[in-house]
Amino acid sequence: MNQFNVNIQVENDLVILITEGYLNHEGGEMISGICYEHISNGKTRFLLDMAQTKVVNSIGVSILIEIIEKLQEVDGKLGYYNLAPIVDKTFKIMGLTKYSSVYATKEEALADF
Amino acid sequence: MDKPKIELKLPIIANMELVAINTAEVVAKHMDLSDEKAAEISMALIEACINAFEHSQAQNNVFIHFILEDDSLVIKVIDQGIGFDKSKVQIPKIENKLGTDERKRGWGLQLIQELMDTVEFESTKEGTTVTMTKKKES
Repeated sequence: MNQFNVNIQVENDLVILITEGYLNHEGGEMISGICYEHISNGKTRFLLDMAQTKVVNSIGVSILIEIIEKLQEVDGKLGYYNLAPIVDKTFKIMGLTKYSSVYATKEEALADF
Repeated sequence: MDKPKIELKLPIIANMELVAINTAEVVAKHMDLSDEKAAEISMALIEACINAFEHSQAQNNVFIHFILEDDSLVIKVIDQGIGFDKSKVQIPKIENKLGTDERKRGWGLQLIQELMDTVEFESTKEGTTVTMTKKKES
């Protein structure tokens, strides 16, 4: 029923994941699998473009907390842009915005990464 | 006259919460709720459904009632699982979850309470009913 997809763009040391679909458990696992593979290859900076992810659940988002934890071990960084307002609010309630960054646009994100 | 009521019966199958939020979106539009309130209702409903599906260990269906009051939308999520003791549910904090063995999950109740105007839990060994309200104006 739900199809979650991730397109990956690697720009120098930065990995951009463009997500599409419902971020649930499976979606979170897909994102974390991609991030962990790139972390093992030395990448430490990750951005999620979530323009096409309008619906999330707390299980999927909690997997982003696992990624933040992993990135803390390698002095890495995670950020997001193009969030739907409810996704932004969910991230705030769960505290992700204390340990990762939300940007309005890709340009804004790249300027800080 | 009874208030308009919509009833859903959802089997416990992956992603059935999306069926619930499709109905919630139609109801919110009918009630002329703002996009922000509609999105908050959908997010809270997703979490309530997931709790019912995953944590109740219910083997049967989950029932969702949308009751259209004059000044609010009342949503009841009813399962026939083993129930839970809300007083034993800790308020999650990300600070306690990072760099520790604490599981990263467990945010559902917190999100529901933050996103809805009122939330009530009735839980016994025969099941749980979560009653959530979103006021039209607040």
